[in-house]
Amino acid sequence: MSDVSLRLDVLKTYKLYVGGKFPRSESGRVYEVTDSKGQWLANAPLGTRKDTRDAVVAARAAVKGWSGTTAYNRGQVLYRVAEMLQGRREQFAAEVAAAEGLGVKKAAALVDAAIDRWVWYAGWTDKVAQVAGNANPVAGPYFNLSTPEPTGVVGVLAPQAGHGFSFLGLVSVLAPVIATGNTAVVAAAAEAPLPALSLGEVLATSDLPGGVVNVLSGRTADIAPTLASHQDVNGLDLTGAVHQDGPGSPAALEAAAAETLKRVLRPAADPAAADWTQAPGTKRLTSFLETKTVWHPMGI
Amino acid sequence: MSTLAAHAPGAAGSGLADVAASEASLRRFLHGLPGVDQVGLEARAATLGTRSIKTTAKAYAIDLAISMIDLTTLEGADTVGKVRSLCIKGRNPDPSDPTTPRVAAICVYPDMVATAKEALRGTDIQVASVATAFPAGRAALPVKLADTADAVAAGADEIDMVIDRGAFLSGRYLDVFNEITAVKEACRRPDGTSAHLKVIFETGELQTYDNVRRASWLAMLAGADFIKTSTGKVAVNATPPVTLLMLEAVRDFRAATGVQVGVKPAGGIKTTKDAMKYLVMVNETLGDDWLSPHWFRFGASSLLNDLLMQRQKLTTGRYSGPDYVTVD
Repeated sequence: MSDVSLRLDVLKTYKLYVGGKFPRSESGRVYEVTDSKGQWLANAPLGTRKDTRDAVVAARAAVKGWSGTTAYNRGQVLYRVAEMLQGRREQFAAEVAAAEGLGVKKAAALVDAAIDRWVWYAGWTDKVAQVAGNANPVAGPYFNLSTPEPTGVVGVLAPQAGHGFSFLGLVSVLAPVIATGNTAVVAAAAEAPLPALSLGEVLATSDLPGGVVNVLSGRTADIAPTLASHQDVNGLDLTGAVHQDGPGSPAALEAAAAETLKRVLRPAADPAAADWTQAPGTKRLTSFLETKTVWHPMGI
Repeated sequence: MSTLAAHAPGAAGSGLADVAASEASLRRFLHGLPGVDQVGLEARAATLGTRSIKTTAKAYAIDLAISMIDLTTLEGADTVGKVRSLCIKGRNPDPSDPTTPRVAAICVYPDMVATAKEALRGTDIQVASVATAFPAGRAALPVKLADTADAVAAGADEIDMVIDRGAFLSGRYLDVFNEITAVKEACRRPDGTSAHLKVIFETGELQTYDNVRRASWLAMLAGADFIKTSTGKVAVNATPPVTLLMLEAVRDFRAATGVQVGVKPAGGIKTTKDAMKYLVMVNETLGDDWLSPHWFRFGASSLLNDLLMQRQKLTTGRYSGPDYVTVD
């Protein structure tokens, strides 16, 4: 009567994460995501140019609120995200194991490293100004202070290769962008988008305002050129640009981005050789910042 | 679709002239209009909103929508400078692309009419002025008429009046009727021509679709040149079902009397997608006869920027952003 093996699994419908909501792709289309051995895992939404446009609109709307939050508060919100990630550890470990063809233990270690990294960047929110800013000595009776400010909307192409790319790599490129007050439109790794789409569910249940992070899955060759040429995107992280030629190549994307003077972070020469468990340093944290310098009369 | 035209007295040959002869006859006529099928109306409006308009059709629709805009500023904080800059934007909406069409009209408060008229000299852009104690309409009739005459004297080409919703909702239809005819009279210029009269119902305050249909017929019988949904100053403004209902009313009115009346949805229309939905409704309900700025207008302010961004996307292939249009 109650034979447990007869129960049908309830499969998860993965959806995009845009503006704090979970829409299906505007195209209504999905594509098959497989594990590293070619076994079907799930259908992921096939994000299109229009979805990208909607995501940029959502990200732009979130800039004012998120960049205006105090650095201390941003740190608290990001730490809360890490707490939520901890509660979903097993799910992420399973998704990472399937995506990268790892054993459960190794995958779990990568998830732990990703959560730790998220906490690490949460700690940076109220410290980056001390490191990237300065009190400049000037020849006059002025306090001259340079402080880093967020660039605005940043398009992030999540890594598509390298040890730990599917989740630790994603966290390593996303967390520094939003820690400094930018908002992000993330193009998830095309072949392994499930950890990124699940991250959207975590972010939705944290205190992160909707629109600060928007996650798109689909063909990077569709999403990346749209982000690069979009006139309302201020920065572009090309880490996941894997095509050697065509409009999705790093050079073409950088050229398109130059039309609107975007800040561009170039990908590694050999993305497949990346090891995301290595200590990240502050380069990503300082890549999407603008320096504001204030002169203030010093008085007697 | 509605078979109203067949039931209307005009179609039966008796004419609509004596409908407003008395309070009783007007009430009998308005309450004799067929009731609105709410579910059917909303479903029809929703269905028409699902059409996919792409490429060349989209380019055509964007240009048509721009040319139908009554570019509006109705704020307490309006200044001469703001009205002038709005007029400049109306003349040349996208300075980076001179092929962009002009808007249909600039809509301002009566005291700004002269400023707008001056700033629009040499163009065919109309100056529309709200009047009759906009937006509430709560003032004595002589004040409303003076308000209207003042705007017309200052050079307004079009007058947007509000009806007295209090009188309408309490069933004093003849009062509303007489007020519209009086304002229509006040729109007359010394040379015998007349400013176009748009009648605003504030459909968000009329409670039912039946009331919207009655208000539409009431205003058209009283001589409105245009019927307009809303002031943009209340919580619920133009919605697709209400606009569809008014489009059906002008269609039926022309079938009954031969007189063509324009429609202007206003308030809350902010995106190109919204504008497309309205254009589809006009085309499906009324056809080509109304698809021109003479017979259909959008009362809007932020809609223009979205249309311009979409237009830039179509011409350049790149998505545009709010940094590339003016901040109004």
